[in-house]
Amino acid sequence: MTAAIRDHAIVGDCRSAALVSRGGSLDWLCWPSFDSPSLFAALLDEERGGRFSISPAGSFRSERAYLHETNVLRTRFFTGGGELALTDFMPVSGSARAMRPGQELVRIACCERGEVEVEIAFDPRPGYGRRKPEIRSLGKLGLRVDAGSGDLLTLVTDAPLGPSGCARVRLGPGQRLHFSLGYTRGMPAILAPATAARSQAVLEETARLWRLWAARTRYDGPARDMVVRSALLLKLLQFAPSGAIIAAPTTSLPERLGGELNWDYRFCWLRDAALTARALFGLGHREEAESFMSWLLLATSLSLPRLHVLYDLYGRMPGPEKELGHLAGHSGSRPVRVGNAARGQVQLDTYGEVIEAATYFVRSGGEIDRPTATMLVGFGREVARDWSEPDEGIWEVRGPGSYFTHSRVLCWAALQRLCELAEKGHLPGAPAAEFARARDRIRAQVEELAWSEQLQSYTRTLAGADVDASLLLLPWFGYCPADAPRMRATWRRIRQRLEVRPGLFRRYFGGLTEGEGAFGICSFWAVEYLALGGGTAEEAEQSLRTLIGYANDVGLYGEEIEPRDGGALGNFPQAYTHVGLINAALSLRDRLEHGRQGAGQARSVPEARA
Amino acid sequence: MSWPPSLLAGFAGTLLLTSLEAGAQQLHLTRMSMPYLLGTAFTASRDRAKVIGFFTHLVNGQLFALLYVAVFRATGHSGALWGALLGLIHSAVVLLVVMPLLPSLHPRMASAQQGPTDLRQIEPPGPMALHYGLSTPLMLVVSHVIFGMVVGGLL
Repeated sequence: MTAAIRDHAIVGDCRSAALVSRGGSLDWLCWPSFDSPSLFAALLDEERGGRFSISPAGSFRSERAYLHETNVLRTRFFTGGGELALTDFMPVSGSARAMRPGQELVRIACCERGEVEVEIAFDPRPGYGRRKPEIRSLGKLGLRVDAGSGDLLTLVTDAPLGPSGCARVRLGPGQRLHFSLGYTRGMPAILAPATAARSQAVLEETARLWRLWAARTRYDGPARDMVVRSALLLKLLQFAPSGAIIAAPTTSLPERLGGELNWDYRFCWLRDAALTARALFGLGHREEAESFMSWLLLATSLSLPRLHVLYDLYGRMPGPEKELGHLAGHSGSRPVRVGNAARGQVQLDTYGEVIEAATYFVRSGGEIDRPTATMLVGFGREVARDWSEPDEGIWEVRGPGSYFTHSRVLCWAALQRLCELAEKGHLPGAPAAEFARARDRIRAQVEELAWSEQLQSYTRTLAGADVDASLLLLPWFGYCPADAPRMRATWRRIRQRLEVRPGLFRRYFGGLTEGEGAFGICSFWAVEYLALGGGTAEEAEQSLRTLIGYANDVGLYGEEIEPRDGGALGNFPQAYTHVGLINAALSLRDRLEHGRQGAGQARSVPEARA
Repeated sequence: MSWPPSLLAGFAGTLLLTSLEAGAQQLHLTRMSMPYLLGTAFTASRDRAKVIGFFTHLVNGQLFALLYVAVFRATGHSGALWGALLGLIHSAVVLLVVMPLLPSLHPRMASAQQGPTDLRQIEPPGPMALHYGLSTPLMLVVSHVIFGMVVGGLL
């Protein structure tokens, strides 16, 4: 039976990722990049998806953890007769001179105590499980599978694995099996030897490089382990060739078990750009932050003057959304989709996100060059012209657009930031007065139409009667102080209507959200709201602790949290939930170190250099 | 024998052959890459291997062009058709003789007998270079025939 979403852990190499279950089954892998068709997809269809499983035969109990501050996963299986340790990782290398497969995943099974009979099942199904390919054995050169389009999947191992892909091996104390799963496109394959020496060498090199990177994390506040884990996940999900950070490495893991809310998240959304930039800059990962900014500015420059909702790894418009009717879906949740129809939507808040991210770049010492300044001013003109139009909003509600308060406030933030940048000389020639007038009109409209006297809250839409967790971001974007009377009242209403369990918040109530779980990032926004001055530091810290309790055993979150049993829902692991955790922790640290005035962070924009 | 036309013909023929092979790679018809295989004999770095291999391949092309010229002179035949015939023979030698020998000749190529080792990790071409894709033999024959036609035709 396919494991639950939360029973998976991720390994990856900043280009691609795999999900491994607690039972040692590789249930999801797309090569050569995050958004390629899957080679293993048991996560979406137990029968047809394909898996690569290594586990003890018979019953067992398992525990697992990442090696300290790495993305190397170690699963320990306990059986009646012994103990087996399974180590999974994708090698990363600091040397360009080493000969390495194009993509590689290494698995090492080691009997650490007693005797364990190990069961191996290698069943690749390329192209999202559309076909069951022949496995060819070339003896000592390993197994080969035609992965489609001339690509080759290879498995070199010292286990007695034949063309059936299945084997049972009895291991005694200290005995090991080594597996090197490789992928090649367009070149003769590199076959890494499945030897103890080579496997150990790449394991040590990979662990060393991850630790070296993690050690550069500048954070010593609450929940440091979880913050570092989140940073490691962001790094893993950042596509190294371009700097893009994908929302999640999976598609169609359900937001509602058995339901239709199944989307492809292997793209980059602009809606969390500002939060992501702040998280990376805030942790001192300047190289990754600047790489992300480069991708962001390149992607947005390709679609000038409009901004799309999402982009692919190279900043292009993703392909059309398709349904894969041959896959049963995770827990019967159909349809399975690839591509994302949200690509054609209008989200006015994306302008605010991009401009806020650019402002973080400037606050962190970056300089805006002339083409970027021209581009940002162009976005400002779009916002000044279109801010009053309906859009699909941050939650990408399909159907006719609405007048979302969050979108309005993000338009306000976009213009406010542009005015600040212009004032400090970063945007020569910007029509600051025009931007300021539009900004003031937006505020006037929000205060008049997005505040409900009856509800005593800001509302989800203009003149609406509902609340939305995205309103918790108003202080974050500097629209109002967290302790402003209207914001405090909104917080009370959001807690009353959207908090489903202590610390867990839904995004909003509506037809689409019925049956879905609490949203991870919304719950972290609540922590950050408290840290920014909406509550006491103790309240924020307690909420953060509560939420950390909902991470899975290796510290990962999906998009949503099932309130009843704490299970993960939606695509997994979700970068933006972890971005929320990092930002909440950063704001809480500032609050603890500098009191209420420190929680708002240094938001001033420095003068432009001459 | 006139050197400049021979070298020019060799250069043009090799460039075309290399382009055909690269095109076949990009169309996913084969994973065969002579520049890569040649370059990895000198370096383990993938990127450097492609550059070194490209220039080594060009030099090889010149040498083979001179060999073709020598055959033309010895037999008293020349022209595109005879060049094509020589190319066909050349490709047969590559497929039937050179490819099976490659694991023994190439310092970084694995062999079916020993499997991959720390030093030898490149997938061997296998019989008729079929490990690099089912279209590989056809691609090799076509590209060498065209090489021969260019060399024969330009002389």
